[in-house]
Amino acid sequence: MDGFFSTYVWPAAIMIGQTLLLLVALLIFIAYILLADRKIWAAVQLRRGPNVVGPFGLFQSFADLLKFVVKEPVIPASANKVLFLLAPLVTVTLALAAWAVVPLNENWVIANINVGILYVLAISSLEVYGIIMGGWASNSKYPFLSALRSAAQMVSYEVSIGFVIVTVLLCVGSLNLTDIVNSQRDGLGTMIGLPGSFLDWYWLPLFPMFIVFFISALAETNRPPFDLVEAESELVAGFMVEYGSTPYMMFMLGEYAAICLMCALTTILFLGGWLPPVDVWFLNWVPGIIWFVLKATLVFFMIAMVKAFVPRYRYDQLMRLGWKVFLPLSLVMVFLVAVTLKLGGWA
Amino acid sequence: MGLQTLFFYLFAFIAVASAFMVVSARNPVYSVLFLILTFFNAAGLFLLTGAEFLAMILLVVYIGAVAVLFLFVVMMLDVDFAQMRAGVLEYAPIGALVGLILAAELIIVVAGSVFSPEIAKTVPMPIPALSQRTNTAALGDVIYTHYIYFFQIAGLVLFVAMIGAIVLTLRHRPNIKRQNISQQVGRTPETAVQVVKVRPGQGL
Repeated sequence: MDGFFSTYVWPAAIMIGQTLLLLVALLIFIAYILLADRKIWAAVQLRRGPNVVGPFGLFQSFADLLKFVVKEPVIPASANKVLFLLAPLVTVTLALAAWAVVPLNENWVIANINVGILYVLAISSLEVYGIIMGGWASNSKYPFLSALRSAAQMVSYEVSIGFVIVTVLLCVGSLNLTDIVNSQRDGLGTMIGLPGSFLDWYWLPLFPMFIVFFISALAETNRPPFDLVEAESELVAGFMVEYGSTPYMMFMLGEYAAICLMCALTTILFLGGWLPPVDVWFLNWVPGIIWFVLKATLVFFMIAMVKAFVPRYRYDQLMRLGWKVFLPLSLVMVFLVAVTLKLGGWA
Repeated sequence: MGLQTLFFYLFAFIAVASAFMVVSARNPVYSVLFLILTFFNAAGLFLLTGAEFLAMILLVVYIGAVAVLFLFVVMMLDVDFAQMRAGVLEYAPIGALVGLILAAELIIVVAGSVFSPEIAKTVPMPIPALSQRTNTAALGDVIYTHYIYFFQIAGLVLFVAMIGAIVLTLRHRPNIKRQNISQQVGRTPETAVQVVKVRPGQGL
């Protein structure tokens, strides 16, 4: 019995504790990311944004949460009830499950698996099912059209995201996310004799891929200017038209969790994860998690700014950008990076 | 009997049960969703055997791309489900035969060393232990180094198939206007705008 406790119960308890800790921290982060999104948008348009609940509106997201939870959930009579309720659950579960492999600091990761980046790619390719199921189960025209749009969009941009990841993996030589960050300790900067700094991170040698990844991340998470899935002027609110109260909130939560995941992924792949910007003692003294959160927040700030001042794409232009611009560009980049690594003797 | 065994039976049971539901569900959309569940559990089984790369590729390729297309097609089709299921029992013997052949082949492959002990000794490539080489690197060695020509030939075959599909489906419709982005971007005010001085009371 003693062996049973130490082999199964204790490790399971530790794992559940870590998972809960990460989830709670993530959800609080998402609450403030949501607020930041609205505040940044408002600031660009010279408005104040939410400023009533709490000081500077800091508790706005929690007030929204409370409002959504106590509202009455409405299920349309002609909807497929099981799938209608399953869709938001699938969305939010998958969006949160992907965080299991994200390293927030050296050794701060719940599952340090060898194929971490593939796991993230796999989970984010599953996220399309929440949207398709929701759109189909609503049994209504706008949600269904939106679901079809979204499926085509997400599948298209997954391709270029995959190739961007391949270029990074070529440089790293490992699919483990922790290895990817650690391999950015030396790079272009140290090669010309500088101490370790932000010049070593992959955003500099792979700059075109950094841009492609950023734009593909916008399209993958259905953020403006690629939010054709919920384009208000055409499809009202897209696949979420028939949803209200808690199911709707879960869709929103899943969407923002996916956005935060993309920010974290950009940070890990291109911005050096938890590494400080310059390798000096007082910056090294700051815990890595703070650098990680700062970088992810910076990426989110860029995403929010894009929402504020870029007009929405037309659907055929979106598809053109994905298949005719990004796909050839990333393919050529994979080839160039492979040849450079081979000729330079790094691989 | 450990956690591994427990999870094996969990994944295997759900995989078999949902595979049964794929063929017995009344609504084709449910069928595809159960197919996805089957794939998902198969990925779980791959993970249990240590084939983590294959598990993730199964998720990315089959669930993330192929099943999405299935779902697309099934949702768009307007089919009469009752009519489709009318003659299902007529095809049952054929289905059973196909299943039987597949099962027999699987047994021969998996238990091949029982039938022919010599085959078991002729492993062409020693598989390195998991502690020395990750799965992804080992697969990369096999595909891109040892069998690179076969890989290239497979790629060529797929390429020909792709060209064939495009040739078969490409239609040039004559009376259609297409957007030419480079032409649009290349326009200047001189070529796009004509300034006309209109005299009062005369018009153009």
